[in-house]
Amino acid sequence: MDINDVKGLGTIFAMIAFLSIVAWAYSRSRKERFEQDGNMPFDDGDDVVMPSPERRENDE
Amino acid sequence: MSTAIEHPTYDYKVVRQFAIMTVVWGIVGTAVGLLIALQLYFPALNFDTPWLTFSRLRPLHTNAVIFAFGGCALFATSYYVVQRTCQARLFSDTLSTFTFWGWQAIIVAAAITLPLGYTSSKEYAELEWPIDIAITIVMLAYAINFFGTIAKRKQKHIYVANWFYGAFIITVCVLHVFNNLEVPVHAWKSYSIYAGTIDAMVQWWYGHNAVGFYLTAAFLGIMYYFVPKQAGRPVYSYRLSIVHFWALISIYVWAGAHHLHYTALPDWAQSAGMVMSLILLAPSWGGMINGIMTLSGAWHKLRTDPVLRFLVVSLSFYGMSTFEGPMMSIKTVNALSHYTDWTIGHVHSGALGWVAMVSIGALYNMIPVLYGREQGQMYSVKLINYHFILATIGTVLYIAAMWVNGLTQGFMWRAVNEDGTLTYSFVESLEASYPGYLVRAIGGAFFVAGMCIMAYNVYKTVRQTEPAAEPKLANS
Repeated sequence: MDINDVKGLGTIFAMIAFLSIVAWAYSRSRKERFEQDGNMPFDDGDDVVMPSPERRENDE
Repeated sequence: MSTAIEHPTYDYKVVRQFAIMTVVWGIVGTAVGLLIALQLYFPALNFDTPWLTFSRLRPLHTNAVIFAFGGCALFATSYYVVQRTCQARLFSDTLSTFTFWGWQAIIVAAAITLPLGYTSSKEYAELEWPIDIAITIVMLAYAINFFGTIAKRKQKHIYVANWFYGAFIITVCVLHVFNNLEVPVHAWKSYSIYAGTIDAMVQWWYGHNAVGFYLTAAFLGIMYYFVPKQAGRPVYSYRLSIVHFWALISIYVWAGAHHLHYTALPDWAQSAGMVMSLILLAPSWGGMINGIMTLSGAWHKLRTDPVLRFLVVSLSFYGMSTFEGPMMSIKTVNALSHYTDWTIGHVHSGALGWVAMVSIGALYNMIPVLYGREQGQMYSVKLINYHFILATIGTVLYIAAMWVNGLTQGFMWRAVNEDGTLTYSFVESLEASYPGYLVRAIGGAFFVAGMCIMAYNVYKTVRQTEPAAEPKLANS
């Protein structure tokens, strides 16, 4: 095992990390939760929000 | 500030202070930029005074626009966003006040020492060691205040804009400390502890991440809050924003070496920097698309809302410069573009087109709220429109002039005669650059004019609002 193996493992590790994040973010079970989180800027209950009727009827 | 309304929960005072200073420093910073742009066309404009020479005012310009204008914009928006998305007051009023006055003191210290010629000569880190220590203290206070607010949040989730702001705060603290490790020789002179090529690599590890985390990640925080807010609809894909965040922050840190192509830096390090810069296109465009697509189904709003126009055009410039950047990091392209005005044009398409415009859009959204109005309800919408037109034309003139100059210089410098001698002397390439320098200065003048219109609009908004806000004072 030399330095090049370590470099190769590094690439694989980065790839796994990236794919894991994508899988986590896009998993079906978290879909609804993230849709709600996306609405957080409007939850401040402070200024006049303009809840346009078309707001978020299509997520993707 | 006593006449403005106080919010029952949030601390808007510090946000107002930073927001107003963003406008003030925006004018100062761009005006100094305009002066040095004119100096390149009319050299007599340095008035034969050492304090007004290009070499001393250029770092003043960069520090003023990045740390004074950009910094105040980030303090203002991050304090505003973190409170409203956490539904909690800022962690400490004392720290808020300290960060405001501390940051202003640092800016004033920079404005005094740089024209006097005190510089550590590191680009975007020119300030000498006593000011470096002050920056570290204020940044730490900022970090405690920001993360303290997040810690006491009422919402379970931490909104994505706060992730970007948080990444900016942590990374800038680390970058600033390590790049400025230096040995003081007296009160206003120090030497870097790094030597030669390592010093250069540390400098551009810092320099490019100042771009990546300060001028990009933090302003993406602005984007993720203010674009949805102004458009009245949530971000296009929240899940994409998560992938965007992790991809962007994990790749940006490796790209700095592209500033050192064809130098003494080992070749493998240059290539690594180039490859990472190319990969960076993906997260950059992912974020840009996420921001622009937030308007999908609501494009008509662009026709009537100049604030939204500022925000969306800033994203277009962001997309453009994050395409140009990876392209310029390719070694063969860099062989042509390096050391030419192309680089200056690239920086300004990011700085004017992206950073300044997204900040301006956020300010137009936020300032009315800070003074008890609805978001975006400035004194005059017409003036926002004029500002938008001036800023856009100014930016386009600026970057187009620098593209032409950059290519001209690059091709003239590399031209060789049959016997191997250089076809052109340096002075000939300088002479060929003159028209471009004039066009650039005109573009800059447009941009400064736009900033002045903004200042007037903000002044009128603040003035006009105060009487109307009086009745609400009763319960505060």
